[in-house]
Amino acid sequence: MGENGAGKTTLAKQLNGLLRPSLGKVTVDGDDTTKKSVAQLSRKVGIVFQNPDHLLFSETVREEVGFALKNFGFEPGVVVKQVERTLEALDLAHYAETSPFLLSGGERKRVALAAVLAWEPDYLILDEPTIGQDYQQKERLRNFILQLNSQGKAVVMVTHDVEFVAECNPKVVLMSKGRIVAQGQADEILSDDGLIEKASLVKPQMAKLFSQLGEFGFPRDVVDVHRAKMLLEQKLSEAKVSVAQSS
Amino acid sequence: MSGELLVDGVSVNDETTSELSRKVGYVFQNPENQLFALTVEKDVAFGPENLGLTRQEIRDRVDWAMEAAGTVALKDLAPYELSGGQQQRVALAGVLAMKPSVIVLDEPTSFLDPRTAEEVMGAVDNLRRENGITVIVVEHRLDLVGRFAERIVVMDHGRIVADGRVEDVLDAEFDRLSGLGIGLPKVSLLWSMLRRDGLVSERLPTHVESAVKMLSERLRN
Repeated sequence: MGENGAGKTTLAKQLNGLLRPSLGKVTVDGDDTTKKSVAQLSRKVGIVFQNPDHLLFSETVREEVGFALKNFGFEPGVVVKQVERTLEALDLAHYAETSPFLLSGGERKRVALAAVLAWEPDYLILDEPTIGQDYQQKERLRNFILQLNSQGKAVVMVTHDVEFVAECNPKVVLMSKGRIVAQGQADEILSDDGLIEKASLVKPQMAKLFSQLGEFGFPRDVVDVHRAKMLLEQKLSEAKVSVAQSS
Repeated sequence: MSGELLVDGVSVNDETTSELSRKVGYVFQNPENQLFALTVEKDVAFGPENLGLTRQEIRDRVDWAMEAAGTVALKDLAPYELSGGQQQRVALAGVLAMKPSVIVLDEPTSFLDPRTAEEVMGAVDNLRRENGITVIVVEHRLDLVGRFAERIVVMDHGRIVADGRVEDVLDAEFDRLSGLGIGLPKVSLLWSMLRRDGLVSERLPTHVESAVKMLSERLRN
């Protein structure tokens, strides 16, 4: 996470060799990215760009999602199966024969995601995946990421969406002006005024709320609604009991 | 399509797109789709140059629009060199330079970092108040735009399903709105969960400050 122009996308593009370090070293599973081709690295590291139009070019959604699989030399049978599965998982099956360019911005983003997920890279890099997605689609994306995680895949997300991050509570790496300025668990980072300011973010609403409820003995590092509800539920029912006793 | 759509009392069918474009400025979801000149300044000037204005008037409008959208520092850069967020502001400047009476913004802050998003929404809100411009914002994220809006129109499958003041619609239709995939303020969501459990009874707060106030009162007593 970090402000516009912090270098998030530049860092992301280092991970599959689209950009190479001018200083320092980037390794993927121990391999120096300067010694591998983009094609070799992409097999392991899939990047979904912020703007889906930079990735899409096929005539139908089905072709788009199958393109990389064919390119990587998978058997035709495997290609068909993988494409079906991915379209199903991202709720795109009904668009299989549609041109990606007839879809809405949010839908095109899902097609771009599907096109990368189809070859099941070990590392998935998502550049601003929640832009243009409505809340239900974000929920679906969140579950999807959790599922990939449980399959042992690493997901790196570039995002400004503080509320989305608050609900996933992943490890956060904060960037500003081309440098990493902090890293830690999301609830720690997103409730820290100094860091939030530095990275041009805003606090999630729950963190804003709980930073102003300190006098009642609440912790300040609350960023997600469910933890907030649990804490308040406890306090409010205590308050109710004590009112009942004193009356 | 059936039905009728009026802008300033005139049916859109009775006017050409170029006539309507003087009244209604449109900022597309993807700013790349409307930027084409070689510099930001030329891009912003394109609209007014085609209105047959004097050189001075064009100059004034361009300066004003770039200032209002916060793009003065970018004026000599090429639009394609800019970040998504900067492009979004340049597109807004280009539309402002037309001095429309209505601006339609299609997800105007999607590429912006949250701080800049608040700044841009604040700037748009000022334009609205100072110049009497009607601003129509297309958004999923009510949590971001809710506090600037006087009226919210909720659509589902091509139909209007709710229409009214933000706090009224939010309170009356909360479950329905969340079913439609709208990004609702997290404080409203929290409150609706507490209210369902009978722990609070008041109307849903729409922003953090009112939730702080309501909770503090309750916890103090």
